[in-house]
Amino acid sequence: MATPPSQTGTQAGFGQRPERRGPASSETSPQSRTAHRHYPSRKQTPNFDATSLAQGLGWFSIALGAAAVLAPRALGSLTGVGRESGGLMRSTGVRELATGVGILSRRNAAPWLWARVVGDVVDLAVLATGLRAENPAQGRVAVSFGAVAGVLALDAFAASHLTRHAGHPLVSGVAAPTDLYFEASIATAKTPDECYRFWRSIENLPRFMGNLESVQALDERRFHWVAKGTVAPAFEWDCEITEDRPGAALAWRTLDGAQVPNAGSVIFEPAPHGRGTIVRLSIHYSPVGGRLTAALAKLLRQDPQSQVREDLRRFKQLLESGEIATTQGQPTGRRTLIGRAARRWRLTSSH
Amino acid sequence: MKANVWYGKEQLRVEEVPDPRILNPRDAIIRITSTAICGSDLHIYGGYIPGMLAGDIIGHEFMGEVVEVGPGVHNLKVGDRVVNPFPIACGGCFFCQQNQFSLCENSNPNAWAAEKLWGHSPAGLFGYSHLLGGYAGGQAQYARIPFADVGPIKVPDSLSDEQVLFLSDVFPTGYMAAEQCNIQPGDTVAVWGCGPVGLFSIKSALLLGAERVIAIDRFPERLHKALEAGAEALNYEQVDVLEVLADMTGGRGPDACIDAVGMEGHSHGLMGVYDRVMQSLMLESDRPPSLRQALKACRNGGTVSIPAVYGGFDDKIPFGSIVNRALTLKSGQTHVQRYLKPLLELIEQGRIDPSFIVTHTLPLEQAPEGYKMFRDKNDACVKVVLKPWAEPPILNSVQGTGQDEPQDGQAGKPHLH
Repeated sequence: MATPPSQTGTQAGFGQRPERRGPASSETSPQSRTAHRHYPSRKQTPNFDATSLAQGLGWFSIALGAAAVLAPRALGSLTGVGRESGGLMRSTGVRELATGVGILSRRNAAPWLWARVVGDVVDLAVLATGLRAENPAQGRVAVSFGAVAGVLALDAFAASHLTRHAGHPLVSGVAAPTDLYFEASIATAKTPDECYRFWRSIENLPRFMGNLESVQALDERRFHWVAKGTVAPAFEWDCEITEDRPGAALAWRTLDGAQVPNAGSVIFEPAPHGRGTIVRLSIHYSPVGGRLTAALAKLLRQDPQSQVREDLRRFKQLLESGEIATTQGQPTGRRTLIGRAARRWRLTSSH
Repeated sequence: MKANVWYGKEQLRVEEVPDPRILNPRDAIIRITSTAICGSDLHIYGGYIPGMLAGDIIGHEFMGEVVEVGPGVHNLKVGDRVVNPFPIACGGCFFCQQNQFSLCENSNPNAWAAEKLWGHSPAGLFGYSHLLGGYAGGQAQYARIPFADVGPIKVPDSLSDEQVLFLSDVFPTGYMAAEQCNIQPGDTVAVWGCGPVGLFSIKSALLLGAERVIAIDRFPERLHKALEAGAEALNYEQVDVLEVLADMTGGRGPDACIDAVGMEGHSHGLMGVYDRVMQSLMLESDRPPSLRQALKACRNGGTVSIPAVYGGFDDKIPFGSIVNRALTLKSGQTHVQRYLKPLLELIEQGRIDPSFIVTHTLPLEQAPEGYKMFRDKNDACVKVVLKPWAEPPILNSVQGTGQDEPQDGQAGKPHLH
């Protein structure tokens, strides 16, 4: 058995990490703190915790639904609708269960809360038919009517609150339903200032924004954008910078009259201890063509969420390595139909 | 050019494909003079690696001569003789700046797919599935090298291809596996698997000061090479490995264990059957008997280093051993770029001659036969080098018979002085 030489000098290994660069103090600039404060997590809504209310309403929905499905006659008699309305109670119960599960399981509860609002209105209409004076159970129906009206108020309040506060606070004044709000973030090794300057040089945008054909400056703050439109037909719009904080953040929105109103913001948040920047991008817009197109787009990774993420990845690659990693144009053997389709839709390779 | 193209499980064809060209400013094209089949290529051959597409050019251990450089490459020029590392790394991201090149954040164009499977994406690799970038590999006459100013290292003409080729993967991989063991004077290191990575782990552990290295395999020719490399050898078909390892270390167990086997491990008894069934039902992506054994064998507070390839989700890993006995787990694709210069120096100083692992040299045309032979361990095959520009029939086959000294004086001798 060989005994190793002792003078290897490699004991410590070649794998020693270089000293991490960056300031000894982890203090961040006031500007950066501002930037951070402007970035809320989705669950924190200002002033009022609508999420908890929504959760409560979700559980209420499930409890009521379960009661209606399991004991329709008892519930019918309790509410004054009548023991014989079992079918009606059961279907109401199923609806309640569905909205309850929807509220509790989806990250965005707002559409399900709006569904509850509609359900409450239907229930009120049904109960109103029982408010006739000749109905022996009129008293009970009146109590039920009052109770449902109260729940309706809570549902409507929670739904509208969640809808209003789902957007990004930097993007103000653009009507944006929550399901058309997209955000992504990425850590880069560059400083916030370097990131900001690269982004603010508007001619760089089409290099990393996959769906952007070109951007032209109209003046200091206004720009003309032309999109490529891979799934949807190409379209263009004018937008203006609504917020410009050098080294910290940028926000923009379309000017009035745009075919597809949209808005976006990007925040350059210093990472702790000089580790570069966390870039947070958020975009509001409606995919042209409605839900079916949106589903198709998602399948083909052309949906806004994937695009925002890939845009940021390319931004990082350009900034850190000066180019975008690619395999498009390299030699291959014969591809099968599946292989060609995969490449066509960038399932195997971006750009 | 000619290239070795994957068309499915056990379906390789060497055929004409277009020549590569410069696609990005920091690219270079090299004319490949030697390339090798890696043990991890066998997982592709066997159809175990997800994300392969018919038509992929494979191979990630290669070297050659620079024939073209992009405008962004200033440290290489046409005519340079270089060895290329298998991970692709940009040099500018958080991980590259910490010399963790195989974790580069900017080299995998399909990062999103890797994130779905593993949580986060590592670097892109040459010829190793679309999950890892889908880059064309190096079992070909030419290859395109992205970020050529970071990866390839120039090698002196005084050293043969076979002496420097393995800087591309298996030598640094074995070295990093040993380095991760944090070897202290007096340490005993056990190594599962005596293929190329295992053999380099043995040599590296000794270079790094291990007192004793114990090698575990079942093929006599491989155990023989391990003995020559300076290890003691255990045939797991003949002895109870856990018992013998405990006995050899006074009951304590080896201070560090290196698993150089990977996802297609063999074992006997119920667990062996279990793994085969689970893997074929696609309920388990890997067969990890060597890893299980290494975790059990390692001494309390010791290190288990895993250079072997595991792809996905493994069953019956004795996690209790890790927790209750304070084991340290070390793994990762090799940060090859980090090791190129120091290991080239070791070769130049004559302290190690990596060519000792080579048993077969074939023209590229015979890559499919080479894969089969290597997979089945026929003809005592340990390492196959492919020559992309040689005409068939066979150039030269160094026969390793296992028990005899190989005929080629250069191969086989212990080269650790």
